Amino acid sequence: MEEQKGTLRLKTGLAEMLKGGVIMDVVDADQAKIAEDAGAVAVMALERVPADIRRDGGVARMSDPKMIQGIIDSVSIPVMAKCRIGHFAEAQVLQSMGIDFIDESEVLTPADEEYHVDKFAFDAPFVCGCRNLGEALRRIGEGAALLRTKGEAGSGNIVEAVRHMREVQTGIRRLTVLSPEELMTEAKNLGAPYDLVRLVAESGKLPVPNFAAGGVAIPADAALMMQLGAEAVFVGSGIFKSGDPKKRAHAIVRATTHFNDPKMVAEVSSGLGAAMSGIETSKLPESELMQTRGW
Amino acid sequence: MKLRIGILALQGDFAAHARTLSGCGVETLEVRRVAQLEGLDGLIIPGGESTTLLNLMRDEPWFEALKRFHADGGALFGTCAGAILLSNEVVDRDQSSLGLIETSIERNAYGRQIDSFEAGLECPEAGADRSDPLKVVFIRAPRFRRVGARVDLLAHWEDDPVLVRQGRVLAATFHPEITGDDRLHRYFVEQVVAEAGGRLPQRTEVRVPITSAGSPTQTEAHATAVEPSRSTPQGENAPC
Repeated sequence: MEEQKGTLRLKTGLAEMLKGGVIMDVVDADQAKIAEDAGAVAVMALERVPADIRRDGGVARMSDPKMIQGIIDSVSIPVMAKCRIGHFAEAQVLQSMGIDFIDESEVLTPADEEYHVDKFAFDAPFVCGCRNLGEALRRIGEGAALLRTKGEAGSGNIVEAVRHMREVQTGIRRLTVLSPEELMTEAKNLGAPYDLVRLVAESGKLPVPNFAAGGVAIPADAALMMQLGAEAVFVGSGIFKSGDPKKRAHAIVRATTHFNDPKMVAEVSSGLGAAMSGIETSKLPESELMQTRGW
Repeated sequence: MKLRIGILALQGDFAAHARTLSGCGVETLEVRRVAQLEGLDGLIIPGGESTTLLNLMRDEPWFEALKRFHADGGALFGTCAGAILLSNEVVDRDQSSLGLIETSIERNAYGRQIDSFEAGLECPEAGADRSDPLKVVFIRAPRFRRVGARVDLLAHWEDDPVLVRQGRVLAATFHPEITGDDRLHRYFVEQVVAEAGGRLPQRTEVRVPITSAGSPTQTEAHATAVEPSRSTPQGENAPC
């Protein structure tokens, strides 16, 4: 049998390997090393963490390839990087550099307000954000190998990630109790591909893994998201915007593994120093929300 | 009495292993604490990130516990990161490992994710031949660089050994667990765990081979590794 590359099984396969782990945002090689040493399962290379992007304003773009390369060279774990929504040329650059997972991310300023990237055109796997089942299935329909909740990046507030995870899970459960003739109408209401709607209705789960992202700041946030059905956790600003990143990173890794063991979560949560100061997301004006970018 | 197979669930694709084992007639258990090793007949160390697994294994005396588990007759199967942890040397890196199989292994030896590939392997022991190869995937896979004389080579990809066995320890640089092909898991349960397993009160029940693939020399060679003292089913009903 000839070898095959770039298949969907290989793409979702890497996502399977990341399960039960924590993917950490890092802005340079030093942070990447700290993340790896603390037990990160992968790092997300970006120029500014979401909290700083939010503060600075302006257009947020793909990171400088030189900085990404520095991170690739400094760690042995997978390296992810973000492209703007719809910016397939940024995605091509990231793929050419050997990025292991491309995040088509609402944290960056969208490049296309109508179309997301055709992810089947790439050999590198893509992760995309979602707020509900319809959005999840649209991204899978475009070739995403991994989903994550959008949450509200850089907010340090878990409420939006919880809302999005519950929306997805409730949507899945709902499909499993509908009768076959109801599924087409549901596909229309969700704005999702009919075949994927049927697949989820039959299997009771998404065909690709679903991780949590957007607002994780303390170990118990990670445990909460895992218990709500997330299979791994992205932490953006929560680690390197806190008082003691090394210790906090280490603690969130443990809380993600032992998410069902409150004693363990209590133990690792003790004495971590200051968490990032958060934002009350309901007070954010619509124009400042990142989660509404993309569709 | 079913065989009890634990799957190390600190991090990685432990759920995929559980799914693959679901048709193998065994009881499976996710293992996150050392105490959960008690009463298991076999343990799978899944794919994932070996650095993350090692980090999490510092919280409890995992190395001592896993070496004791092996010494007491437990069978182990490591895939990808699991194979790295089982090896006795990680090439070019200062990375500790269990040393339960005489192999030197190099991490990420085929390149990055973009170089990951699907392949079909011939593996007579698992009943897979050229016409019906074992379906596997190599994801950021490691490579065995040196293999000791006491290690049996069960499958190759191109010129490299990719599936090896030494007594009760089976190690694969690839993932058989995410393709839906469960023949290698059956081999582990029926040939490695059952052969090693005096922990079973009614061993014969699960020793019926599905395929006629296991070569007699293979079986003989490993029979010597079975220790007689493991007939005591102690801790078998230990709570987890």
